[in-house]
Amino acid sequence: MQLHTIWFVIITVLWIGFFVLEGFDFGVGALHMFIGRSETERRVVINTIGPWWDGNEVWLIVAGASMFAAFPQWYATMFSALYLALVLLLVALFGRGVSFEYRGKRESERWRNGWSWALTIGSIVIPLLVGVALGDLLHGLPIDSKHEFTGNFFSLLTGYGLMTGVTLVVLCLLHGATFLGLRTTGEIRDRAHSAARSIGVVAILISIAWVIWTLVVIGGGTVPEPTQIFGVIAVIFAQRLATTDNDAWAFVASGFAIAAAIGQIFISLYPNVMVSSTNHSYNLTVNNAAAGHYGLVVMTVVAALFFPIVLLYQGWSFHVFRRRVSAPPTSSG
Amino acid sequence: MANDLARWQFATTTIYHFFFVPVTIGLAFLVAILQTVWYRTDNPDYKRMTRFFGTLLLINVAIGVVTGLVQEFQFGMNWSTYSRFVGGVFGAPLAMEGILAFFLESTFIGLWIFGWDRLPKRVHLACIWAVSAGTLLSAMFILMANSWMQHPVGYKMNKQGQAVLSNVWALFVNPTFVWGYAHVLLAGLITGCLVMLAVSAWYLRKGEHVESFHRTAKLALIVLIPAIVIQLSVGNQLGVIETKYQPMKIAAAEAQWTNCKPCSFSAFQIGGGSNDQTPTEIIPIPHLLSVLATGTWNGAVTGLNDLQSQYQKKYGPGNYVPNVFIQYWSMRVMAYLASAILLLALWGGWLLHKDRLRNSRLFLLLCVWAVLTPFLMNTAGWLLTESGRQPWVVQGLQKTAVANSPSVSSTEIWISLIVFILSYIVLAWADLGLMLRYSRRGMAQADAEAAEPAAGAAPALTY
Repeated sequence: MQLHTIWFVIITVLWIGFFVLEGFDFGVGALHMFIGRSETERRVVINTIGPWWDGNEVWLIVAGASMFAAFPQWYATMFSALYLALVLLLVALFGRGVSFEYRGKRESERWRNGWSWALTIGSIVIPLLVGVALGDLLHGLPIDSKHEFTGNFFSLLTGYGLMTGVTLVVLCLLHGATFLGLRTTGEIRDRAHSAARSIGVVAILISIAWVIWTLVVIGGGTVPEPTQIFGVIAVIFAQRLATTDNDAWAFVASGFAIAAAIGQIFISLYPNVMVSSTNHSYNLTVNNAAAGHYGLVVMTVVAALFFPIVLLYQGWSFHVFRRRVSAPPTSSG
Repeated sequence: MANDLARWQFATTTIYHFFFVPVTIGLAFLVAILQTVWYRTDNPDYKRMTRFFGTLLLINVAIGVVTGLVQEFQFGMNWSTYSRFVGGVFGAPLAMEGILAFFLESTFIGLWIFGWDRLPKRVHLACIWAVSAGTLLSAMFILMANSWMQHPVGYKMNKQGQAVLSNVWALFVNPTFVWGYAHVLLAGLITGCLVMLAVSAWYLRKGEHVESFHRTAKLALIVLIPAIVIQLSVGNQLGVIETKYQPMKIAAAEAQWTNCKPCSFSAFQIGGGSNDQTPTEIIPIPHLLSVLATGTWNGAVTGLNDLQSQYQKKYGPGNYVPNVFIQYWSMRVMAYLASAILLLALWGGWLLHKDRLRNSRLFLLLCVWAVLTPFLMNTAGWLLTESGRQPWVVQGLQKTAVANSPSVSSTEIWISLIVFILSYIVLAWADLGLMLRYSRRGMAQADAEAAEPAAGAAPALTY
C-alpha cells in the first residue's frame, strides 16, 4: 500500500475514533437536561463522561492536524471552503468545552442553566456541522482547477450534507443513551433505556434513508456496500438491546453503528478526498493532495511508535473509571 | 483588505490564546511540585494548596484548550495559500503535537481531576507530572513550527513550488527553535510563579491562611529567581540568533536605520519611524546594542536602510522593513518589565532570607500587581517575533500579503472576527470571574476537597 493511502486510512481511523468516543459525549451532553431532572441527577449524568470527554475530543484535533500534515491541499481547501461553518463549529466548541469545568463552579441556578444550555446546544451543533462537512466531501462542492472553493456559505448546505449531519446527530444521541444505560443506576438508567428505545427507532429509519441517499450520491447502483448493511444492522441491535439488561452490548452496537457510518463515508470517498461538483477532474485525491514522501515516512514512524502508547493510556483511563456513577447519598447538588 | 483582516484575526486570537498558555505551563509545573511535596512529607497543608492552585489551573486550562482549537483551524481557514505552500513541513510538528502532547495532557488531566480518591497516591502524582510533560511537549512542537517560519530549515521545494520536509532532525536543532523554546518555557514558568506569588501575597497581606501562603510564596520565589536570571540571558542569546537570521527584526527593534559599530542602545526615544530616521535618543547606553545583538563589545549592526537595499537586490522591489514602532517598544516593554521583575524577585529573596516576607506590606502589594506584567511581557515578546518577521510569513520564502485564502471574502472574515471577539469577551468574563472568585474564596473548597473522605461514603461529584 502506498504511503498516502496509509495516511488516508489513518485519517479515517481518527475520524471513526473521534465519533465513536466523543459521539457518546455528544449524546450525553445533549440529553443531560432531559435524563437528569434534578441538579444532582444532571451532575451524575455529566460526571459519567467527566474524566474522558477532553481526551476524546483530541481525536478531532489530531484528525485535523493529520490532514494538514499528510494532505496539505485537502486541509487548505476544506477548511477555507467551510469557513463560516467552522466559525460556528468553533463557537460551539468554546461553549461546550468550558461548560464542563465552569458549570459546577458557582452555586447560581442561572449560571448552571446557562452552561447546561451551552453543553446541550454544543453537543448537537458540533456533530451536525462536522456531519455536514463530511457529507459535503463526498457529495462535492464547487471547486475550481486550482483547488479553490468558488461557492459561498449556502453552497455548503447540500441536501446530502445536511442529511449526513442529522444522521450523525441521531446516532450520537443513541450512542449517548446506551452509554448512560451502561454508566448509571436506578431511575437515571431507566430513563436512558427508554430514551435509547425511542431514539433507536428514529435512528433505524434515518440510517436506512441515509444509506440509500449515499448510494444515489456515489452512483454505485442499488446494491449497498457491506459496511452500510453492517451499520444498519448495528443500529437495529442497539435499539433492541437497549431495552434489555445487556447495557454493554447495546453500547458496543451503537458504537459500531457510528463507526460504520463514518467508515462508509471515507470508503465511498477513496481515492478522492474531496469531490469537486464543478468538474470531477478537479477532485482532490490522495495523490494530488498529499505531502512529500519523506514527510509521510516521518509521520508514519511517529504514528507507529506513539499511537499504540496513546491507546494504552487512554484505555487505562477508561478502565480506571469503569464503575457506574450514582449520586452521593447526602449530596445536595 | 481580506489579508489585513485575516492578520487582525490571527493577532487577536493568538495573543488571546497566549494569555492562558503560559499560565498553564507554569502552574501545572508548580502544582506538580506542591503535590510532590505533599506526597513526600504527608503534610496535609500541601494537599490543600495543591487543590487550591489546582482549581485555578483547571479554570485556566479549560479556556486555553478551547482557544487553542482556533489556532489549529485557522491556518486552513484564513491562510490556505500558506497552508498549501508549507503544509508538508509545518503540518508535521502540529500533527506530532496532537499525538504526543494533546492526548497526554487531556487524558491525564481527566485522570488527575477524577482520580483523587480512585488512584493510588503515587500514580495520581504521576498524572499531574504527565500533564506538565504534556504542556512542555506541546510548546515544543508549536515552537518548532513557528521557528521554521522564522528560519526555515530541513526542507526542499517540490515541482509545484511547495516546501516539503527533507530533514526532520534539522527542525529539532534549528537554533531559532532551541533558543525560542527555552525562552517560552521560562516565560511560562515565570508567568506561573508570578500568578502564584500574587495570590499568595494577597492572602499574606490580609493575614489569612498565613502559614500556607507563606509556603507557596516561598516556592514561587525560589523558582522565580533563577528563572528570571536565566531568562534574561536566554532572551539575549535569542536576540543574537535573530540578528544572524533575521537582521531586520533586531535592527527595527532598535530603530537602527544606519550601520553602526559599536552600537549604543537607547533607553527611550522620540520618533524613529520610517518618516523620521534620526530619532531623538534619550539616555543612550554605549556598546549595549552591540552586546545584545552580536554578543560582542564592539559588534557591528547593519542598519535598516542597508538591509533594505540588500533585500531588494535579493528578493526584488518591495518594503522589507517591519513596523519599527512595534519592534522598538515591544522590545523595551519586555526588557524593562523583566528587569523590574528581577529586582522584585531579588528583593523577595532577601526578605525570605531575613524571614520578613509576611510583614513587608509594600513588597506584598507590589507582588499582587506584578501579576499583570507577565501578560504584557508575553504579548510584547510575540509581537516582536511575529511583527518583526513581516513582510514575510515564512522568512525569505513567502510573503504574508499572498498567504491568505483566496476563496474567503472580507465579509466572511469580518463576521468571524466579530464572532470571535464577542465569544472571547464572554469567555474572559467567565474566566476572570472564576479566577478571582476562587483566588479569594477558594480555600474553603480546597479544605473540603483535601479532607479525607469518610470510610464507605460515595465520592462527591466532581463536575
